Amino acid sequence: MSSEIIPLLTKALGETVYMVLVSMLLASIIGVPLGVLLHTTDKGQILESPTLNKIVGSIVNALRSIPFIILMVAIIPFTRFLVGSAIGTTAAIVPLVVASIPFIGRQVETSLKEVPAGLVEAALSMGATPTQIISKVLLPEAMPSIVSQLTTVIIALVGESAMAGAIGGGGLGDLAIRYGYQRFRPEVMLATVVILIVLVQVVQFLGNTLAKRLNKR
Amino acid sequence: MIKLSNIEKIYDSPAGKVHALKGINLEIAKGEIYGIIGLSGAGKSTLVRCINMLERPTAGSVLVDGKEMTKLNESELREARKNIGMIFQHFNLLSSATVYENIAFPLTLSKVPAAEIQKKVNPLLELVGLKDKANQYPAQLSGGQKQRVGIARALASDPKILLCDEATSALDPQTTKSILDLIKVINENFSLTVVIITHEMQVIKEICDKVAVISNGVIAERGAVLDIFTNPQQPITKEFISVLLSNELPAAFRGNEISQVKTEGSLLLLRLIFLGESADDPVISQMLRNCAGVECTMLFGNLDEIHGVPFGRFIVGLSGEENSIQSALEFLRGKDVRVEVIGYVKRNNPAFN
Ligand SMILES: Nc1ncnc2c1ncn2[C@@H]1O[C@H](COP(=O)(O)OP(=O)(O)OP(=O)(O)O)[C@@H](O)[C@H]1O
Ligand SMILES: [Mg+2]
Repeated sequence: MSSEIIPLLTKALGETVYMVLVSMLLASIIGVPLGVLLHTTDKGQILESPTLNKIVGSIVNALRSIPFIILMVAIIPFTRFLVGSAIGTTAAIVPLVVASIPFIGRQVETSLKEVPAGLVEAALSMGATPTQIISKVLLPEAMPSIVSQLTTVIIALVGESAMAGAIGGGGLGDLAIRYGYQRFRPEVMLATVVILIVLVQVVQFLGNTLAKRLNKR
Repeated sequence: MIKLSNIEKIYDSPAGKVHALKGINLEIAKGEIYGIIGLSGAGKSTLVRCINMLERPTAGSVLVDGKEMTKLNESELREARKNIGMIFQHFNLLSSATVYENIAFPLTLSKVPAAEIQKKVNPLLELVGLKDKANQYPAQLSGGQKQRVGIARALASDPKILLCDEATSALDPQTTKSILDLIKVINENFSLTVVIITHEMQVIKEICDKVAVISNGVIAERGAVLDIFTNPQQPITKEFISVLLSNELPAAFRGNEISQVKTEGSLLLLRLIFLGESADDPVISQMLRNCAGVECTMLFGNLDEIHGVPFGRFIVGLSGEENSIQSALEFLRGKDVRVEVIGYVKRNNPAFN
């Protein structure tokens, strides 16, 4: 492998990490409360509201059923409106966030469903408000599971960011397509694949470790 | 302290309506330990949950400490609930919080300052004997220890009432005993009113002052525990008691025909119940001295205590001439002992088996 490749790889890795982290952060800010909303408005939960739950649930399902590659193209006008361009690493973040919000919402909802109903009941019997139940019971109790679920989201984001990169967003996907495929440089292709594998392994390891540390059960 | 009037609860489930409580009336006085016993599905949990409005009754009134609970708005209800501690069969502790944090939880909800929380939680840790476990997580505790945390947590907000929904059902008999003893201590020291839901008569016998037997959403029988134990009226009550106090005949007589007239070689079996002082009286020996020609065989005996009152149950067999037996029966009936005549029963003859 020639040495001019190394800076290309590090730059691409940097872009991928940037896209994934920023997307994850932004998507979580909306996705986690969305998950809380999905769970708490469900039947028998503290903020039970069948209509709201159904409406939000349908939107989430609709968004989740659009393949990422189509979503990315479909929202180009929206992306352009937000960041002024549809090409580039920052522009790629917009579809990544849009795709991750409903994903995170569902994952968080799943985690919250695992919290035994008895704990909520106990908190209610002590006079807790719905906000207190969310912040002091549901989220802390579900935290190990939420961390595991979010790890999955990050890994999905690594894959999606490569796709976004392939249509001009930069990052490892971009590099693999432009050098590895279009310029017939199999060693670049191989290097990106290896880096992606390592990246996913590292994320999974960190996620597992954190979830395990948080789990007191 | 607690007054339930005409409580109705109808659940609307997809499978149809369930009429869980049908016109319950119940009054629980301050400082009392009131037991509610019933079979699975009888409506015990529903009933106790109506006291703190975890379940809203479909109709009826719930007066707790002078407040009509059904008429409170959400925030008034939250305040009222701080007056009512609750413990659960599966403890319901926060797995992500330490023992200390769990006990402090109700205080954190009320935004009590940390220093004050400490002043409150430390004595509670001491009370339930978990001082050395303060920084452990619930997963590291035994069932009994978890329930102690549950109790301490329920007491943190200085409630006047403690509701226990099957609080000992997940525990072994020894641990159950120690938890019940703790509840008793708390009841006495804090003059706390306690409502205990259970399906075990042992629990009722151990610490309750009064008991209500609930069956299919109605109260079948209620009263002081001693009365219910010694003189149950309803079949369901008798059944609960029979778990503790077997009503079966001794093995040597079991399955044989019971006759009301004397037959050759049979014994007149009597069930004798002694209560309180009378348990000390030498009634049987007096009878033998007074009624010549009567033999008395002791077939079963059990001496117990309910709330410090001795309570004895015996099955004896009388043999001898018909008229001597009858005079012995008369003698016993004149004494301070409850006599139930079972009838004349023959002893199994091992030779024919
Ligand atoms: N949320 C609910 N929705 C529908 N039906 C319910 C609900 N909760 C309880 N029931 C029904 O109401 C009846 C009484 O239930 P409850 O839980 O009060 O019984 P229980 O005496 O506490 O029984 P267990 O000893 O099994 O805890 C049962 O028939 C039960 O199926
Ligand atoms: Mg129950």
